[in-house]
Formats: sequence, structure tokens, C-alpha cells
Amino acid sequence: MPSEDAAPQLDVDQILADPGVRIIVCCGAGGVGKTTTAAALALRAAEQHGRRTVVLTIDPARRLAQSLGLTELDNTPRQVKGIDVEASGGELHAMMLDMKRTFDDVVLQHTDPAKAAEIFANPFYQAMSSTFAGTQEYMAMEKLGQLHARGEWDLIVVDTPPSRSALDFLDAPARLSRFLDGRMLRLLLAPARSGGRSMFSLVTASFGMFSKVVQKVLGAQLLTDLSGFVAALDSMFGGFRQRAEQTYRILQARETAFVLVAAPEPDAVREAAYFAGRLREEKMPLAGLVLNRVHRPAAPELDAEQSRAAAERLTELGGHEATADVLRAHAALARQAVREQQVAARFTEAFPAVPAVSVTAQPADVHDVDGLRTIGAAISRP
Amino acid sequence: MRAAERPTDPAGTGWSARLHVVTGKGGTGKTSVAAALALALAAGGRRTLLVEVEGRQGIAQLFGIDPLPYEERHLADAPDGGEVRALAVDAEEALLEYLDMFYKLGAAGRALRKLGAIDFATTIAPGLRDVLLTGKVKEATTRTSGQRRAYDAVVLDAPPTGRIGRFLNVTAETARLAKVGPIKTQSEGVAALLRSPMTAVHVVTLLEEMPVQETVDAIADLTALGFGVGKVIVNATRPPLPAGRAVTAAELKRGLVAAGLPADREIVAGLHDEARDQLIRRELEDSLRADLVELGLPMVELPLLPDGVDRAGLATLAQALVRAG
Repeated sequence: MPSEDAAPQLDVDQILADPGVRIIVCCGAGGVGKTTTAAALALRAAEQHGRRTVVLTIDPARRLAQSLGLTELDNTPRQVKGIDVEASGGELHAMMLDMKRTFDDVVLQHTDPAKAAEIFANPFYQAMSSTFAGTQEYMAMEKLGQLHARGEWDLIVVDTPPSRSALDFLDAPARLSRFLDGRMLRLLLAPARSGGRSMFSLVTASFGMFSKVVQKVLGAQLLTDLSGFVAALDSMFGGFRQRAEQTYRILQARETAFVLVAAPEPDAVREAAYFAGRLREEKMPLAGLVLNRVHRPAAPELDAEQSRAAAERLTELGGHEATADVLRAHAALARQAVREQQVAARFTEAFPAVPAVSVTAQPADVHDVDGLRTIGAAISRP
Repeated sequence: MRAAERPTDPAGTGWSARLHVVTGKGGTGKTSVAAALALALAAGGRRTLLVEVEGRQGIAQLFGIDPLPYEERHLADAPDGGEVRALAVDAEEALLEYLDMFYKLGAAGRALRKLGAIDFATTIAPGLRDVLLTGKVKEATTRTSGQRRAYDAVVLDAPPTGRIGRFLNVTAETARLAKVGPIKTQSEGVAALLRSPMTAVHVVTLLEEMPVQETVDAIADLTALGFGVGKVIVNATRPPLPAGRAVTAAELKRGLVAAGLPADREIVAGLHDEARDQLIRRELEDSLRADLVELGLPMVELPLLPDGVDRAGLATLAQALVRAG
């Protein structure tokens, strides 16, 4: 296949076996099998490579979560039972991210119980900790930082949130920590303090006006809640930024491997290409691309046109309906395979040095440990 | 209901709402379906608006054009003199437009934008962004010029199923923060339109487990929130197999010989494997289709486009949507 000849083969087993790799981040567009890939890699690391592994999932499908023993959202890694680790001595733990609880924990860690209670009661905090665009990404990073700091695991595999864009995972924490650092908040709440110099007069005037407009549009209550929130969080501001920066540095370190996940569809491949470019800019270690759900005919000798024409002949001839069905389905499959290769080539042409591996589409969906094992094997031995 | 607000369907398309909100799990093709619906509803000299709100520039990518600005512009011609226009709503621009309308901010507004204050304002109040986005959609949906409505239909390429309930439920989100003021009034107006018969929320899915599960969940969620669910749109379906049964290797071999194709062992075994996978897949699809039928909603099936979604493909989807409507 041309698209695969162009790119070096991604050797997943080499990454999973490397004791120097402590974090694997799976990222990509929504609906490409990110969570399944993360879980399959983690299972393989435990079963085949004897590593003490934890997988952090964000929003797994119900049946997949159940198969990993994740019946409740309790924000703590639980050991996955019933997997085959006797020979390897590895372990698999799994957890589902509880965004609100993680945020609460951060607050508790940085302040005394009385102040924490005050923060929790603030309606602004309540809204932000559950609905702020980016809180999920930030908390996924936070949880990753926590798991890493605990040092209990050889390998942490992270699934990333289903964001508007895969890049949100990188950007949202910085955005949120900037926000929580509160320069803008302070300006907004106390516009007079920053004024004076002529150079800033337009800014100051705008801000005074802005503050008034915000009061009018959103109501004065919002500003009261907001200033209560800012006052209560004051001692934590530095901490937020520092933590986000720490995690960002971990992501740039050699111990981290980013695995891009995509399906051979234009949107997913475009997203993967954006992400690859971004990782390069940020000097973050990109291990390779896992291309899921690739269709591959089992009888590649017959091309689409040949099979379609033969199916027509058989229909005219009569008596071979079942074979005609098979040939028509084969023709569709062969055509789809060609198109998928063209789509995938857009990535490999832009990033010829990034190793890639194609995983053949499974006839049925994966939602148990056996299925994950099959996927893990398919990623490793295509 | 005033005459101007009555949902109409003069073209007899079966898509009677005026505002069509199209959602679906990521990867199900909701942007393509939204675009095809906008094309379908513009046929016969009508004018429709296709709107996106997530800053993804999905419409521009689909049509292979430059990124869309925050401005309604011509996107495509529809059969018989129809026109599809497109708009990418940006929350910051919408806020500035909105503030200008009420407070005449002018240059100060632009200065605030440079400072990032507008981004900041849409960030501090989580529901504010969504009110601004849906508010713009409402404005376009209800706008009139002279006696005539500006658009016969508006199609919104909405956020995916995981976020759609929260996105549309604007009043609940802003009520938590803004207890008085124009934003509250604005969000109430938007909520009234979104919950009226003028709006229908359509859910796009594939015949795969996760998208179907999310479809079922989203429909329960939307219904509980009081939104009218229109149709379940099943994308990328394959034609049924006429014989539709398992085939033996011997039978396959005879068929291949009869068709004049090579029939050596590898080819027969390969095709036999493909046929087996195909049947497993079809059985799963049938059971998923049955789950969707159980929802009791109108269902539309769109064909899988073997060459991907290009302009010809969009026209095919548009035809299928109208036929099925």
C-alpha cells in the first residue's frame, strides 16, 4: 500500500516495553476509537510487557467501562481483575475522570477547610467547575500530574477529552490557569487601580465602561459572586499556573510518548495533522500515528471494477446470487480501501518521518477485555 | 400563533420546521448532513442559511473554500434557482454586535477585543457564549425583509450529542449566573424559539454501537429538556444484500468460475472471510437499526458515498433527504 510504504512502521511494542516511557497520551478527533486504543495499549503493556500500568479514561462507552470494572465514577484507579498477567507480572489499573471532584481536590489541597467550603458554595465556582469550556482538559492534565507524582506506576496511559478540537487538550489548561491567575479579573473588579498613565487611558476607560456593561448585561450579582470567588482563591493563583506549567513540562520530557489516533476520514486525518504540527512546535515527543478502522480486502487480487462487472454477469446468468452479493460487497470494500489510502496519504505526505500503523476495522464493536487484547495485538502486529 | 411564525412546508419536503438543529456523535458526518439538508431545503427557488458555531470551519472545509467570516455569504446554488448561504458564528463577534446594539461601544469595543476582554467575558460566564451563539441563530431565523422572511429555513450544524443538551438549554445555564438584565431576557427569547414547533433537533448516527447509544441517550436528554426531536438520520448505510445469507466456499468457487474470474484457493478463502465479516457486521447493523426504530421517531437512511463527500455526493444526500422527508 503506497500510504504505508511512505511512512516507517510504528512499533508499539517497543514503546510499551521501554522503561524510559512513563506516559502515553492518546489524542485525536472524536469518534476515532481513542478510548479503545488507550485501553488496548494499557492492557497490552500489563499483559505482554509486565508493566504496572494505569489507564486514565475520560468518557468511556458504558460497556467498555464495565469491562474494565469501572462501574462508578470514583476518581480513583481500581485494579482490573481477570486479565492475563500471571506470566508477565504486570498490573492494570483503570479510572474514569471525575472533573468536578478533581477540581474540588485541587482547591482542598491549596487552602484550609473553611476557605474551601466558602469556595465550594460560590455559584461561580459551581458553574465553572462543572461547565467551563476547558475544565475537563485542565482536570485531565491535573489528574495526570497527580498520578505521575504518586510514582506508583511504571506507565500511565491517558485518553484525552472529546474536545471541539484535539488541540484544546494542550491549550485549555494554559487558558484556564491564565484566567485563574486573575490579571484580567483584577482589572475588571478594580479598574481604577491600574489607571493613571496616559498610555493606558483608553484601556482604563474601556475597562471602566466594560465593567459597567458587564454589570448591566450580566447583573451585579455576577460581579459580587466573582469578586467573592477571586478573594477566596487569591492564595491559590500562583499554584494553578505552576501546576499547569509543571504538567506541560512533563509532556515535553523524553518519558512521554504522544500517540495520535485517527480514522481514515478527512476530518480525523486533518485533525491528526494539525496536532502533529503543534506537537513539533511545542517540542513534544510524538511517537506515531495509529490509524484505526482501516478497511482491507482479504482478496486483494480482485479489484473493484472487475468484481462489480463479474457480479453483474452472475446476476444475468442467474443461480449465483450469493456469490454476486459477495462480489458486490468486495467491490465496495476495495473501493473504500483505495479511498482510505488516499485520505491517509494526506498525513503521511505531510509528516513522512512520523511512524504509522494501520489497524484493520473489526466486524463488531469492542467492549470486553478479549476485544481489547485483539486490538492491542492488531496495533502491534499489523 | 401569528401567520409569520407558522411553520410552513410549501415545497412538501416533510421537513416542516424553520430552524433545523443537526447534532450527532463526532465522526457521524453531521456537518455533511447539515449541508445536504440546507441544499435540499433551498431547492425550488428557496433560500436557506447554513450556520456553524464551533469555530471548526467545517463548512469551508467541506466545500473546499476559504474560511468563512462572521458574515452571511453565498455558499452554493440549489436546483431551480435556490440559494444556500453560510455563516460561521463567532461568540466574540456576536457579543460585540450585541453590545453595539444596546450600548454603542464603538471603538472602545474594538480596544476591549484587542485586550482579550471579550474572550474573557464569554469565558467567565459559561452560558453566555451559548446564549450569544444561539441568539444569533434566532435572529437569522426570525429576520424579515419587507413582507418576506430572510430565510425559508435555517440549518444549524450544532455541537455533538455529548454537548447538545447543555448548548440548547441556554436559560438554565445563564439563570445560574445572570439573574436579571438583557442577557436573561435574551436567553428567554432564544429558549422560547428553541422549544417551539418552529425548531426541530435532528440526530445523525451511524449503524455502530457507540453512535447509536449516544443517539438514544441524547434523544432522552433532549426530550426531558423539552426540545422537539425531528428525525433520526442514519448516515452511510449500505444497500441490502439480495441473497443475504452465508455462502459456502464451494459455492463461491463455482460462482467465480461461472463469472470467469480466477478461483484459486487464496481468492476463495479471502472472499469467504470477507463474506463472513460482512454477515457479522450486517447482523449487528440490523440489531442497531431495530434499537433506533424503537425510538418511534421518523427515520431517514442516507447511502454510504463510496468516493467520500464531494459536491456530487452532497447532491445525492440532499435528494435522499427530500425523498425520505
